[in-house]
This record gives sequence, C-alpha cells and structure tokens, in this order.
Amino acid sequence: MMALARREFHLFQAAGRDFLYLVPSAAVFALDAATSAVLGLVCDGEKGPYPFSADRRAEKGYGPFSRTEDDVVQRLTDRFDAASVRAAIAELLEVRAIGYEQQPDETPLRLLPMMPFPLTTMVMNVTNQCNLACTYCYEYGEDKIVDTENGQQSKFMAESTALASVEFLLKESGHLAHLTFFGGETLLNFPVLKSTIAYARRRAAELGKAIDFSLTTNATLLRPEIIEFLAENQVGVTISIDGPKDMQDKFRVFHNGAGSYDVIAPKIKELLRRHRTRPIGARVTLTSDTLDITKIYRHLTEELGFWEVGFAPVTTSPNQTYAIGDQGFDKMLGQFRALAAEFLESVAVNKHHGFSNVKDTLEEIHKGVSKAYPCGAGLGLLGVSTDGDVALCHRFAGSDAHKMGTVTDGIDRDAQAAFLRQHHIADKTDCSKCWARPLCSGGCYHEAHVRYGTTQKPNLHYCEWIRGWTDTCLRIYGELSERNPDFLARFDREEAKAEAVL
Amino acid sequence: MTHLKAINRKATRVIEHVEEQKKDVVALQRVPQLAPHFPLGCSLVFSPGWEADQNGGTAGLCQPVERDIFDCHIGCFWPAQVPDQLNHAPDWTAKCASAQKDWRKLDLVFPG
Repeated sequence: MMALARREFHLFQAAGRDFLYLVPSAAVFALDAATSAVLGLVCDGEKGPYPFSADRRAEKGYGPFSRTEDDVVQRLTDRFDAASVRAAIAELLEVRAIGYEQQPDETPLRLLPMMPFPLTTMVMNVTNQCNLACTYCYEYGEDKIVDTENGQQSKFMAESTALASVEFLLKESGHLAHLTFFGGETLLNFPVLKSTIAYARRRAAELGKAIDFSLTTNATLLRPEIIEFLAENQVGVTISIDGPKDMQDKFRVFHNGAGSYDVIAPKIKELLRRHRTRPIGARVTLTSDTLDITKIYRHLTEELGFWEVGFAPVTTSPNQTYAIGDQGFDKMLGQFRALAAEFLESVAVNKHHGFSNVKDTLEEIHKGVSKAYPCGAGLGLLGVSTDGDVALCHRFAGSDAHKMGTVTDGIDRDAQAAFLRQHHIADKTDCSKCWARPLCSGGCYHEAHVRYGTTQKPNLHYCEWIRGWTDTCLRIYGELSERNPDFLARFDREEAKAEAVL
Repeated sequence: MTHLKAINRKATRVIEHVEEQKKDVVALQRVPQLAPHFPLGCSLVFSPGWEADQNGGTAGLCQPVERDIFDCHIGCFWPAQVPDQLNHAPDWTAKCASAQKDWRKLDLVFPG
C-alpha cells in the first residue's frame, strides 16, 4: 500500500478548530476531529513547511515518516472507528489535501489569459508635478523610474490627450469602466479633470456604458468648489496621508520643508463633511519611522473621520533610512495583527471597522482568488502618462521600457502578451513552494523593479510578512465563518448587485 | 462530504467538482434518475453529441446526427447493427462521401 503524503496547503486554527487553505486552489475547508487527526499523522515528522517528495526528503536527510492508509487507521483506532478514518482520508484525497508519496508533483498550470480582454480600470496621470516633496516619493526620489523633471514627458496632460484617453478607455472597456485620476498631485490639473469627467459621462451615455470616477490626492488643494464638484459628480476620493501631525510632517512636506498637516486637516474635515456620495478612504505610507499603526488608524478615523484606512509599506530600495527592514516588518506585522483583532471583534457584532487591508484580503479569500499575476496591471488595468502613452500601471506611466501602446494607437497587444508570458506565477520559481502564492503571486511589479531592477522577480524581501499577514487574515476569515457568516455572505451579495447593474 | 466542510466559495466549487467526478455511466432504463438524463452516446463508445443535444433535439449536436450510423459502423464491436464492410458489403458507403449530406445514398444491404 502506498504511503500517504501531504500536498500543498496551509493549516490554520480559528474558532477552536482546524482549517485548511488549499494551494493552489485557494479553497478553505473546516476540518472535523478525524480529518485533523489524519493530517496530523500524515504530516508528522515533517521538518519544513513544504510538501517534500520522498526523494527530496531523503536528499535533505530527513527520516522516513511514511504513513500508509492502514497505518493511519491503526494509529487512530483508540480515537475513531476505522470507517470514519477511511472516509476522512478519502475526502482529503478527493480535495487533494493529501496524495500518495510516489505521485509526481503536479506541474503548475501556465495558462495565459484569453486575449483580448476588456480594460476595466484606466489610471490617468493628469500631471507628474507635485506641490509636495515627500521624501520617500517613488516618483521624485532616488528610486524614480521616469525623470519627470528633466525628461521628455509633458508636465501636465493636455485636454486633448485626456479626451483621447477617455475614448481609448471606452473603446477597450466592457460594460463598466473605472477612470482613476492620478498624479503627481492630481488636483494641480483640476481644469482638465473637470472637463474630462463631463466628456466621459456624455460619451459613456452615448455608448451605453457605465463609468465611474475616482482620484487620489494629497488634499492640499481641496478648495470648497473642488469639494463641491467631487461630491456632485460622485468621484471616489483617496487621500494620501500618513497620520497625526508628527507622522504626516516627517515625510509629507512642501518644497520648502514645511509640514503639510496643518494645511490639509481642515480641508479633509470639510471634504468628509460635504462629500457623502462615495466612501472616502485614507491611504497611509508606512516607513521605518512611522509604524504606529493603531495610533495612525485612531487619528484618521476618530479625529478626522475617514471611513476606511489602508496601509502600505513604502516602496524603496533597501538602502534608504526610511526603508522598512526585517525587524520593521516584524513590528509592522504585530501592529497589523492588533488592529486586525479589533476589526474582527467589530464586524463579528456587525459594527463597521475601517481597516481596509483586512477587508480586501477577506474578500479575496472568500472568493477563492488564486492569482496568476499579482495585480491587474497589464491585464484589466493600465496607466496613461501625461503624453498619452499607455503603460503597465500608473507607477510606470511615462517609462519607455514599460510602454504598452498609446491612447491614440491603442494597446500594443504584442507587448502586452509578451509581458503576460514573462510574468506568470508558474515562472516565479521562488514562489513555487509558497502557500501564500494564490494571494500574493510575487507582489508588486513596481516594488520588484525598484528593489531588484526587474518586474519579473518576486518581492522576496517581504515573504515572511506576506505569509504572516495572510495567516492572520485566514484566521479572521475562519473566525467570521463561525461567528458572523453573514458578514462574509455580504461579499456575494455585493458582487451580485454589481453584476445586476451591468 | 461529511468530514470536510466547505467554507469559502472555491471550496464549494471543489466539492461540486469532486461530486461530479463520482457520477458514472448509467443505463438508459435505470429509474428514477436524480437529475435530467440525456442519452449521451452508445454505452460502449463514448461519442459526445450523440442522439440529442442539450435541448433534446438534434440541431445543436457537435457532430451531425447522421454520424451516428458511422459510430456503429466503425467504432462498435457489435457486428449486427451495420453491414459488414470487411467481408460482405465492401461498397456499402461508396456513394456516401459525406454522411451529413449523402446519408440517404447509403446502400441498403440485405443479409445473404
């Protein structure tokens, strides 16, 4: 009889029981006592977190821990009757949580998406100029890809380019198109933004398509008439802000070095007071100096009134002083976990909590997302530079090396196909044994480009953090599946509602 | 499944897939059927598109309905259904270049 062996999964505990996160399917199962016991035996003696084949185990000098089905039944005989154990083994085999030792490893599927597919989101860099000089900025700092000061790119997008971009989006999109304005500081080019929205609305109506708008801003230019416009036009707003005054003013400074907190705080309060048509989110950049996540969250939600707050570690090469090192990632994970625990206790009793990082990951876990690519860049999302060049995403907009066509000539399908061929998760050998790959898929292309000089490399510097954070979110998911399954079912209802609109 | 409980959407799909795989070929006569049952091919040779399409008609078959005759003729070991082209009726299909168009030209063969 062949020995049973584990296949790829991540085991986690929540609500007092064991759960399985299967890889690469991203299915989540709750285990009963019998399946937990079987898995315990099959994995017993395992040295590492990875599903080593017998050969590889021998090669690494790990002792045998073969478990045939009869062995397992025998060893569990005092706890479960043989029929239950056999049934548990059969179910684990069926969902491929376990297999047989001699079975060859499954070859990862390398399926490229069917082309062409619709463009869902277009991020438009209406300017590459900024009235702030945030020290860590990827656009202006030492890690920049495009020289926006001395390069060939226009500093502001012309209205004609903006309108051509809208035509491009509506041509390439399906029934629903998202148009996101980005910068530089987006609102420096408010006139073009305003006329673009009016034009896009009219053209979308003519073509029978739905379109929505959003933008990211540093909030310095939120004048009352702009706020009024954003509210009236239901423009989703994300504010880049790092927290209370001391943290905000550390990096988010004007060109003369003065902090920006005192300028933006009243404007943000006014925006939140007036603009109720879309949820307003804060987006926080974390650095080694600003890692007090709970404090930042409290300030942004309770004192300023944000509905949601999302956090992301700064994108930088490792030699910058503000780069988050290994210890920083550990600290950050601890803080994320503390805030995530708070999120759990709130939503378990149907109270809103605005820690959007958890919510976003829970949604992906709920749907069982298993990514071949880390994000939508180059797929359903593209960036447009001030000159109308189409790029992978807004972070690469204007970079010739990452160009994928222009808004007038359309998407360069060959470049797009080549990109997708070169960046598939099946080719990221470092990720091939990682259980978190269905959600991470190697991480941000831009981050990889800044760290390793190529978009093709996975972001190995934050693997531990990703696994730690994914585990935390899985545990919260497991808890909620027991304590408030309706919160999770909401993701289905929201999706059904969104699809019904189309 | 009684030991594993599907929690997320993908797990439900995995279980659906597993259950789907367990279904077996069933005889046409078997009643009651748990689900709508369309005959799919001869019980001996699996040939998708046999006899009825998903609406119970023949318009949407992936092979023309006349192709059935050739399935019996070529694919089936049972000798009684169609003429024995090897020994007694070598020219049985000679006038039928394309079963879809010419099936009426198939010769009648009498046992002899």
